[in-house]
Amino acid sequence: MKPNTPLERIYNGIIKENPTFVLLLGMCPTLAITTSASNGIGMGLTTTVVLIFSNLFISLLRKIIPDKVRIPAFIVIVASFVTIVQLLLEAYIPSLNESLGIYIPLIVVNCIILGRAEAYAYKNTVIASVFDGFGMGIGFTIAITILGAIRELLGAGCIFGYRLIPEDYNITILVLAPGAFFVLACLVAIMNKVKMKKGKPTIDTDACKSCGLCDHCLVASEKGGDRPCSR
Amino acid sequence: MEEKKLLNISSNPHVRSNSTTQKIMLEVIIALMPATIFGIIKFGWYALVLVLVTIIAAVLTEFIYEKCMKKPVTIGDLSAVLTGLLLGINLPPTFPIWMAILGAIFAILVVKMLFGGLGQNFMNPALAARCFLVISFAGKMTTFVYDGVVSATPLAALKAGESVDVLKMFLGQSGGTIGETCTLALLVGGIYLIIRKIIDFRIPLFYILTVAVFVCIYSLAARGGFDGQFILAHLCGGGLALGAFFMATDYVTSPITHTGRIIYAVFIGCLTCVFRLFGPSAEGVSYAIIIGNILVPLIEKITVPKFFGKGAQAK
Repeated sequence: MKPNTPLERIYNGIIKENPTFVLLLGMCPTLAITTSASNGIGMGLTTTVVLIFSNLFISLLRKIIPDKVRIPAFIVIVASFVTIVQLLLEAYIPSLNESLGIYIPLIVVNCIILGRAEAYAYKNTVIASVFDGFGMGIGFTIAITILGAIRELLGAGCIFGYRLIPEDYNITILVLAPGAFFVLACLVAIMNKVKMKKGKPTIDTDACKSCGLCDHCLVASEKGGDRPCSR
Repeated sequence: MEEKKLLNISSNPHVRSNSTTQKIMLEVIIALMPATIFGIIKFGWYALVLVLVTIIAAVLTEFIYEKCMKKPVTIGDLSAVLTGLLLGINLPPTFPIWMAILGAIFAILVVKMLFGGLGQNFMNPALAARCFLVISFAGKMTTFVYDGVVSATPLAALKAGESVDVLKMFLGQSGGTIGETCTLALLVGGIYLIIRKIIDFRIPLFYILTVAVFVCIYSLAARGGFDGQFILAHLCGGGLALGAFFMATDYVTSPITHTGRIIYAVFIGCLTCVFRLFGPSAEGVSYAIIIGNILVPLIEKITVPKFFGKGAQAK
């Protein structure tokens, strides 16, 4: 697939660099609000909207924003959109606004959004950035909806509020904080297993470049020899 | 043979103890027998089924995991049997079988095997599984049936302000989990382990002592006077004896130096009392011990023994 085309960006966001399962970014909402599938969808779509618009505007302004103050500039843009989205939610979907609570304003500090702004939108064209935001957002939505659905099913016996398992058979710990870690770990393990079967390398050196923790990265050193990765 | 042993050249250590993991685990299982048998006689055949099921589930989980991961099978070292037994006697006598199996799988798979098997687990698997079950099935884990009626445990009764019969608690004539009720049987097992030098007397001694002192201070400060019965009830009640002799002394999850062990025991003693006296639930031994387990690496860091001849320049 040709890089930086809309389709490639969407595939990249959902499968290749899924923000939750591969990049492990944005862990705060991932772990905290996925107590039910509907919370997952709500959070995912809200983040997607913010992500698309922040990528769009950062890409548009990428030649104007000075390099030295780019992070504050990104945050101003992201915070503006989060405020807009929060006001819209409050006006039109108050129930979702209530169940997500403090986590909507916290989208401002979600690593996925700042990460995509820094790693992609600031360096690429407008169209590609918008689709990058869309792909990442949908990847995030799918991931936390699956996580929320599994936790809701096993922990509370429901999916989207419909009861499938009687209350006596619910494992309550899964809807509490430790359950988020258990389920996320299992899903990441399954994802890695599937990827390894395909024979693809488990790490992508392109994604490696923006990480900056090469000195501590054992995965990269295993691939490249005995030294930590030296990009 | 003798000569060959003498002339054998190898790197140190040259003197090895005879004890193996298997022997130590077997000793601990023997020491648990009085309490287990007492519990089974007291609560009936269902308790026996429950204990057997947790043991079998624990051993099978370890076996299947090691087969699947193509690792050497280590069920022969009996540590999985011990984990299953400890979990089993930590369950209420009417606990559903499938939940017990889930707990055993959690203990072995998540807490022990995923972290690298015996020796790598950062907390006691049986206790971690007990906490998992308490959080998941709070209602079932705190329903204690004794003599056919649902009754409060002595500690819960104490918390509610009722008085309890300490002698009955010491002899096990009260409600509780399968193995924790008879303090006498646990004491016999614990002393057997100390005499056989399987466990260090420091951890149970300082743990129980700390609880006694803490409860004594609490009784003086908050209850307006020394209350011997209250203190004794806290020492005999709940999982304190079981935890102090069999869980807190787990080799993998307790410190190795003497000072470290004392710090560890005092720490979990204080935590137990804080949970029991100020927390919402009546019992706190299991949470206290696993929190202590997590802090063991830090305790070891501050209690590193000094080399001979070193340490003087520290001034």
